[in-house]
Amino acid sequence: MLDLVWLVPALPLAGFLILVVLGRRMGEPGAGWLATAMCGGAFVASAIVMAGLIGEQGENRRHLLTLFEWMKVGGFRVEVGFLADPLSITMALFITGIGTLIHLYSISYMHGDPKFSKFFIYMNLFVFSMLMLVLGSNMLVTFLGWEGVGACSYLLIAFWFSKDANASAGKKAFVTNRIGDWGFMCAMFLTFATVGSLDYSVVLEQAPLIAPATATAIALLLFLGACGKSAQLPLFVWLPDAMAGPTPVSALIHAATMVTAGVYLMTRVSPILTQSYDWAPSIIAWVGVITALFAATIALAQTDIKKVLAYSTVSQLGFMFLAIGSGAYVAAIFHMITHAFFKALLFLGAGSVIHGMHDEQDMRRMGNLKKYMPITAATFIVGWLAIAGVPPFAGFWSKDEILLSAYEKNPALWFVGLVTALLTAFYMSRQVFMVFFGEERWRDADHPDAPEPHESPWKMTLPLVVLAGLATMAGILNLPFGNRTHFLERWLEPVVGESEHTVTAAASAQIGLAALAVAGSLVGIAVAYRIYYQRKMEPVEPAIMAQGWKYDTSIAAFMGGPGREAFEATATFDGTVIDGAVNGVATLVRGSGVHLRKVQNGFVRTYALGVAVGVVALLAYFLSRVTF
Amino acid sequence: MLASLWQQLSDSPVPIDSVDLAWAGLAPVMILIGGALLILAVDSLVPRRLRPGSYALATVLLAAGAMVAAVPLWQRVQDAERGPFATAAGAIMVDGFSVFATFVILSAVILAALSFDGWLRREEMDGAEPYVLMLLSASGGVMMASANDLIVMFLGLEILSIAVYVLAAMHLRKITSQEAGVKYFVLGAFSSAFFLYGIALIYGGTGSTNLVRIATYLSATVLGDSGLVLAGLALLLVGFGFKVAAAPFHFWAPDVYQGAPTPSVAWMASGVKVAGFAGLLRVFYLAFSTYRLDWQPVIFVLAVLTMLVGSVLAVVQTDVKRMLAYSSINHAGFILVAVQAATAAGVQAALFYLAAYTFMVAGSFGVIAVVSRKGDIGTSLDDYRGLSRDRPVVAFAFALLLLAQAGVPLTSGFFAKFYVITAAIEAGSSTLAIIAMITAVISSYVYLRIIVAMYGAGDDVPAPRTIPLPAAAGLALVISLTVTMSVGVFPGTLASLAERATPVLIPESDPGAVDPSGVPPGP
Repeated sequence: MLDLVWLVPALPLAGFLILVVLGRRMGEPGAGWLATAMCGGAFVASAIVMAGLIGEQGENRRHLLTLFEWMKVGGFRVEVGFLADPLSITMALFITGIGTLIHLYSISYMHGDPKFSKFFIYMNLFVFSMLMLVLGSNMLVTFLGWEGVGACSYLLIAFWFSKDANASAGKKAFVTNRIGDWGFMCAMFLTFATVGSLDYSVVLEQAPLIAPATATAIALLLFLGACGKSAQLPLFVWLPDAMAGPTPVSALIHAATMVTAGVYLMTRVSPILTQSYDWAPSIIAWVGVITALFAATIALAQTDIKKVLAYSTVSQLGFMFLAIGSGAYVAAIFHMITHAFFKALLFLGAGSVIHGMHDEQDMRRMGNLKKYMPITAATFIVGWLAIAGVPPFAGFWSKDEILLSAYEKNPALWFVGLVTALLTAFYMSRQVFMVFFGEERWRDADHPDAPEPHESPWKMTLPLVVLAGLATMAGILNLPFGNRTHFLERWLEPVVGESEHTVTAAASAQIGLAALAVAGSLVGIAVAYRIYYQRKMEPVEPAIMAQGWKYDTSIAAFMGGPGREAFEATATFDGTVIDGAVNGVATLVRGSGVHLRKVQNGFVRTYALGVAVGVVALLAYFLSRVTF
Repeated sequence: MLASLWQQLSDSPVPIDSVDLAWAGLAPVMILIGGALLILAVDSLVPRRLRPGSYALATVLLAAGAMVAAVPLWQRVQDAERGPFATAAGAIMVDGFSVFATFVILSAVILAALSFDGWLRREEMDGAEPYVLMLLSASGGVMMASANDLIVMFLGLEILSIAVYVLAAMHLRKITSQEAGVKYFVLGAFSSAFFLYGIALIYGGTGSTNLVRIATYLSATVLGDSGLVLAGLALLLVGFGFKVAAAPFHFWAPDVYQGAPTPSVAWMASGVKVAGFAGLLRVFYLAFSTYRLDWQPVIFVLAVLTMLVGSVLAVVQTDVKRMLAYSSINHAGFILVAVQAATAAGVQAALFYLAAYTFMVAGSFGVIAVVSRKGDIGTSLDDYRGLSRDRPVVAFAFALLLLAQAGVPLTSGFFAKFYVITAAIEAGSSTLAIIAMITAVISSYVYLRIIVAMYGAGDDVPAPRTIPLPAAAGLALVISLTVTMSVGVFPGTLASLAERATPVLIPESDPGAVDPSGVPPGP
């Protein structure tokens, strides 16, 4: 059963290849159904492999399948192989599961798009790359998937590239990610130079022998890569812009799966992180929590329904890195899964709203949609309660675990996290009240006859309902009632067990912290209720927050001002010195060629003379080495 | 009287030296020669012409059959218990090296035959002769690759060369083809004479022409006067250098490549070069490894000269065929870099390069054969303008093959160059590695120039024209492109084959024994 792991990425790959060849002929909706079926098949395959893993115990709960040797250069050997262990299979399961739902949703959402089949080509390619990323048995295969998802993300953000903003958003994502990729690559070089292998099985086994300084460097370089892919400070700027892509893409790539790749990577290399200096995890925790707070403050002043969710994603990813930095890898993965459910739900819900509102994204022009879109509204509300951290919805349990570990790492971290949780509850409530409650605002002076919103078709609402169920129930995966209910923790034990931080706080303290967290959420909701539902308080939405603390614009200003000058100076240097040298060499080469070719005059006698000269030279040299 | 003579004869029969032959070991050569003769016989016996394409098909089948015959040989020489073996009184050596080279040479035969088919029909010259000549020439090449005796080596060289002279002069209505043939022949004869003289000197110095005996003798004896051996080495190097077109013995190559029929050039640039390098490696790396400190500097200089000439002179050409002629000189220089390393890694790199290069260059000349017009003209750079519009697929394939020759990653050319440079650096020849990379940059200009011409737009793009693509030529293109790209993505398979293809010397005293390391005794 475990050997079937190759099938998991193979099915989306097959879907991709078939669609490349036949996609246009299959057209709509055939191409979409095929892509969905392939993704669903991969889900089934993952489930089978998971069943196989459950059958194994302890250290045997991992399976390495080597497909072929990719290249061998001296001591450098790369094999293409898959590592099926609890971590990778958990990832594969939720990637393919959510992927299937979103594929299904997209069949309706992309209805009528002229590039319908191309969309599904990219989607299947994305799922394939993402599965390579998580299943790869060495860092290079992971990197291959890492670059693959980056490329798909770029292609899908800029999917409607005829609009200028979309094309430049795609470019921005690409360029920002390159900075992170640089970190990843340097980490690989360093790992290979230190350990002599890129295989996880070797590297992680040898991790305790790596010098702490080297381990720190590797960990931080990988973290830089993770920052790029998972949109953490200072590299988060691309994610809000990435919302230019179709909404299912935002749900799949920019909320549920790709952006969590950084979290996966850090969890995968947890032994290296354990081996590094103590301050390295602290940096990760602080970067995470500050990103979380920073993004949350921006989210509470956004008016675009997707932008709110985008900043919220950045914020929630910050929580996951807070967990990584606190040594709570299980909590990070737990939150990754619950977040994948409720954030995909929220994005798809937002997509449904946008679809029902005829491509309107401005929340100021919505309101009282619960009347027109009952299913979307009900499921969205579930997602809202989950992200706000209201028990018993999934988000509460996972966020609580993170905050608990953060508290034990450093109470300051916990406090910032708590404030962020409060803000999260606030801005999400704001969104719900603005969109689904209150008065209907889509008809105004500028739009006197805007059409009425309508509920979306079943292919869009079915995934919403399924995800809402998951977002409600996913807390069961890891309930904090003793060791028996820590299912996820025991499941991931073979992978992260040695690095995992063990909670030492007393049960009463744990309950107290949880109560504080719930209180924080309720305060956030209550304040939002006063402001946006009852309208008894004036909304506080400073312009600077709406503009994202001017972070993006200052980068743009810097790059456009001094940065541009520096680039232009480089370009001038390149134009005069480098090109000059190149042109000089070219002239030299050409000049010598012109002279040399005179020897090639077409006469056999000249050629024979050349041979003869060569003979004489060789003889003279060899005879000079004669020993007597 | 007669009766007594009879009595004498039957009493003491005259002993006849019979040589023990392992026929299986010679099977590829036998198939090539037998097949060539068979085609010739059929051609002269059948009253009217056979269906067009039959000879090409027969040639491809024969080469494929020889490959099939070589597969058990490969298994046998790789087998730990049986291993490589010498046969024909120690004159022929069947080892991983010879079988690997055989495979590459046969691939070149197939590609060139596929290219020949459409070309001959277009030139209205369809017939058996080119195929027969190529098969014979290939048998000579296989002989060179497996020769364990200098005389056999020379025999192989001559069988190979004479057929190629004729192939070069084959286009009877084209004066440049005649000229190419004569030039090649005169200069080839010149260099063969040196080669033979070298063999004589080596025999004088060591008392044998057998590579094993030479190596054993040289490693066991300190020569009081090494003059004969060294002079012999110099002359052998001239012979090989001429065959692989290493500077300063390269002068023939551009003229001959330009004048000779393009499919013949595909064969010359691929199969002939492989055979030449196989012979060079066998003689210098194996038999004269004790003299490696003497010949390494010479190869160093030859490699530098060859790479420089090949890259610099290619820049100033305007004829695509001539450009690729110089570029193949540059490739020869690269392979010399691997030879210069004189290590197992160097041999592996050279074999990998030869295999990768064969497909790239045979495919490239195949494209030239397609694009040229009747009379084998139309090979100037201007004739390639607008090719991406007239024949987009061919232009794209040609562009990929050219990029592979430039050594762009994800093509076999990248790994070929990479392994060569790795081997050179491991052997301590960083200078050579740097020069090699510089010349690779210079010659990439040439490849890009052709690509730009094919894809460029502007006023100088001529009016659209139809370029027929014969099915066989298309197949050759597909094969060479597939190999080039798949080796570029998955180099592991070819690299490990090349790694197991080390040439060996088996000491004569113990014919069954195998040198397990496969490395010749050091100096």
